[in-house]
Amino acid sequence: MIVLALVAGLGVFATLAALASRAVRVQLVAGLLGLVEVVAGAAAIHVLATNRSIAGHTASLVPFTGVTIDLTPLGALFTLTTAVVALAATIHWVGYRRHAMSSVSASSAFALFVTSLLLVPAAGDVVTFLVLWEVMALSSLVLVAHDHAKRDEARQAAWWYGAMTQGGAALITLGLVVLAGHAANPGFSAIAASASHLPAATRGAVFLALFIGFGAKAGLVPAHVWLPRAHAEAPAPASALLSGAMVNLGIYGIVLARTLLGVGATWWWLVAGFFGVISALYGSLYAATSADLKRLLAYSTSDNMGLVVIGLSASGLFAARNPAASSLALVATLFLVTAHALYKSTLFLGAGSVQYATHERDLDRLGGLARTMPITTAVVVIGALAVAALPPLNGFGAEWLVVQSLVHGLTNADPVTTVTTALFVAALALTGGLTIVAFVKAVGVGFLGRARSESAERAREVPVSMRIAPAITAAACVIVGVAPGLAITAIARASDAVAPNRSGLAATLSGFHLEALRGAVDPLALALGAVAATLVVAGLRRAGGPRAGAKLRAFEPWGSGRAVTSARMQYTATSFAEPLQRVFDDVLAPQHDLDVSHALESRYYVERVAYASANDDIVERRLYRPVLALAAVLGVRARALANGSVHRYLAYGFVVLVIALVVVS
Amino acid sequence: MSLASPLIGAVQLALVVLGGPLLLGLMRVVRSRLEGRDGPPVSQPWRDIAKLARKQRTRPSESSWIFAAAPLVLVATAATVAVLAPLVTLAPPLAGSTDFIAVIFVLLVGSVALALAALDTGTAFGGMGASRALTIGALVEPALLVAVLALSLPLHSTNLIAIVANGSRHVSTLLGPSHLLALGSFIVVILAESGRLPVDNPSTHLELTMIYEALILEYSGPDLAAVTLGESMRLAIWLGLFVNLVAPVGIAANAHALAVVVGLVALSLKVAVVGIAIAIFEVTTAKLRLFRLPELLAGGFILALLGVVTGAVMR
Repeated sequence: MIVLALVAGLGVFATLAALASRAVRVQLVAGLLGLVEVVAGAAAIHVLATNRSIAGHTASLVPFTGVTIDLTPLGALFTLTTAVVALAATIHWVGYRRHAMSSVSASSAFALFVTSLLLVPAAGDVVTFLVLWEVMALSSLVLVAHDHAKRDEARQAAWWYGAMTQGGAALITLGLVVLAGHAANPGFSAIAASASHLPAATRGAVFLALFIGFGAKAGLVPAHVWLPRAHAEAPAPASALLSGAMVNLGIYGIVLARTLLGVGATWWWLVAGFFGVISALYGSLYAATSADLKRLLAYSTSDNMGLVVIGLSASGLFAARNPAASSLALVATLFLVTAHALYKSTLFLGAGSVQYATHERDLDRLGGLARTMPITTAVVVIGALAVAALPPLNGFGAEWLVVQSLVHGLTNADPVTTVTTALFVAALALTGGLTIVAFVKAVGVGFLGRARSESAERAREVPVSMRIAPAITAAACVIVGVAPGLAITAIARASDAVAPNRSGLAATLSGFHLEALRGAVDPLALALGAVAATLVVAGLRRAGGPRAGAKLRAFEPWGSGRAVTSARMQYTATSFAEPLQRVFDDVLAPQHDLDVSHALESRYYVERVAYASANDDIVERRLYRPVLALAAVLGVRARALANGSVHRYLAYGFVVLVIALVVVS
Repeated sequence: MSLASPLIGAVQLALVVLGGPLLLGLMRVVRSRLEGRDGPPVSQPWRDIAKLARKQRTRPSESSWIFAAAPLVLVATAATVAVLAPLVTLAPPLAGSTDFIAVIFVLLVGSVALALAALDTGTAFGGMGASRALTIGALVEPALLVAVLALSLPLHSTNLIAIVANGSRHVSTLLGPSHLLALGSFIVVILAESGRLPVDNPSTHLELTMIYEALILEYSGPDLAAVTLGESMRLAIWLGLFVNLVAPVGIAANAHALAVVVGLVALSLKVAVVGIAIAIFEVTTAKLRLFRLPELLAGGFILALLGVVTGAVMR
């Protein structure tokens, strides 16, 4: 309890420290925040190691209900993940301040954001939770709107983010208040004890409200529209936190809903699974066709959260007939959440370094960075391979565990579960394939080949703090990937409270072993084998290779008989994704605009050709735009109601009062 | 006499390394005979590799370490799988953790490395090859993983050795509709993954129709030798896995030396038969347009999905 009060106090102190003079502001705030993150991380490790929650209650601070803190192992897992991501983001920020985010408002908002992210999972009652949730939402809104003075896109992003996050918060508040109203007190443990007595319809409605509210925070389609805007426009350390820590809390919320309400009915999880599948496919498809580095990463976040919700849904579906598979699915899902936090923050920080060095995030204006920014490139390659779920990195472990839980869930399954599970595997696989396309494109077009613009050519490696920060998370991706033992133990402990671990999942230090399933994989052995083989082949290439004295020669590449002179002859991000865009033409419905002007003399001669293609978000275009347009029209119409006459307004007041009285009586 | 498991791994690796290029040569001979040509000898791929290995290495002027590393990664990942997969025996090293999905993803690392290297060349052809290869790869994936799910149904395990061993003990599994449907989808997957007709024409010389050849266009000398070797090893591994899932006849159930020799011969014969069958199929078919491929791959996916559903219903 004291340790969490210390976190909160230091966090507030860091927020106020933003008032310091410009010369020391960022360093001071970052130093204090680093302390906050280390203390919170240590508290979380303590909870996970001893398996005992940190709990406490104080009647002051908030009137009527007081503040309840209860850092359970489940919450501790999320706090620990956030602490690691936030530590990297804070270190990155120290260098990034020369590019952006050095103002008083940005510094204090960042401090407040980090502190609230660390404390949300520690909330033990509805009021504490909602207050911290709002602090988190508002402080992050300030960061999203950071560039509002310079860029219209940033203003747009802030509007979208603000509207979506407040809409989601309204639903969450509604759901939690209904639950708290039926419980003895607003503490989560009291709610969990009383919720089973509620009628099934109420519980279903509350689940839906919470699922939509938390799902919007996690960026599930169709409530994802804020995500590619906000994550792309926020400064890099904030993007890393949004994607590596805040969306996780949406998932935490859904797991919390399950602990409060119990597993519930099958249809809950079918609904969740449906939105998970849609998000995974939609997010990965847009990531594969996007040409903006940060938008690509943001869509990929939506896709990963879709996969996470697929895992949660599988866990819920298996719970009745196969508790072992259910608990395994939950462990796999939480492993995926932590894995995603690590690799996505690596990638967002890497993208921030690229933006710092080139002032670009359009893939078609990058390229050639592997030679000028070798460390940043290497780190981004690790992150990209992890998100593509390639062994031996942590993304592979997560994907493997999810598939194992689905395989296991088919034992003793009813027909609905069987078909759903097969579709889950298919969605997982297609998402995996599209993710590989997206990230080979991100690395291949953005970092390899020739520089595609002058600014990319002039790029220099970034300051040391910005090189260290993503390297920390990238190293964590490798370590958790090849030696998942400790992570699995901690996650199994965190998931025990929700679905007791009966899966016989035993993680040795070097691999995953599922006794009941005859399933096992040793990423460490695979990695060592492959590295050894690489060294042997490299040795052979050297021994049998070039004749004495001849070195590796650099040539002009093949250009069909003519010399390749222009970097513009390379494949662009758009052309790279063109085959996929054509295959999924019906889904993406990209807009092409071809304008041919003919010469005056003859129609057979073309004077000028202008071509433009746009691949904007189809959910936004087909679902949100019409609704917003309708709302605007209604708003204009509604002006007729307010003609300035005071008598009319008094009449409105009277009518509303009468209606209210009728309803109450 | 029982062999130690590292030795068995070495035997499998030697077979795949030596046999991969020969399999490629065999398929080329069959194709040329059917087309009325004499064709090169079966050992031609090995002669090519030996010749290339003696030449000088080159790289495009603006490439990075990725371009140099990719051929090594390709061969190394294929070699790792060759050691661990149940090809000659059911007792390769680390038998407990030879997972089907892990095998697929380790091979995938090689494909991704090559695609990154192709983009690293900074030319249009590299990008073209990478883009097409990965598009196909993305669409193959659902068929592949759902087929694995169907094959995992009898044991509820994705352990590759357990699946093959179960097939060799219970012949009825091999003839079950679920297994057959999954293998049908597996054929489509193999044709696509190893770049054979009707997905890609391995003997094309026109850059604009290339997929795989465009991907490796800039490699020469020892690097090209490594890429050729790696690709032929991958083809041999895919076919080896396929024949052992279809008919695990002759595969050594234990580490006994005689059994291993029998397994070695049996695998070589089975893979040769399938290789010849693919070569004959390739002569009689034309390459599909790139944008017709999704239909073929969706067909493979549907087969696999039906495999899962029938497998689950019939239990």
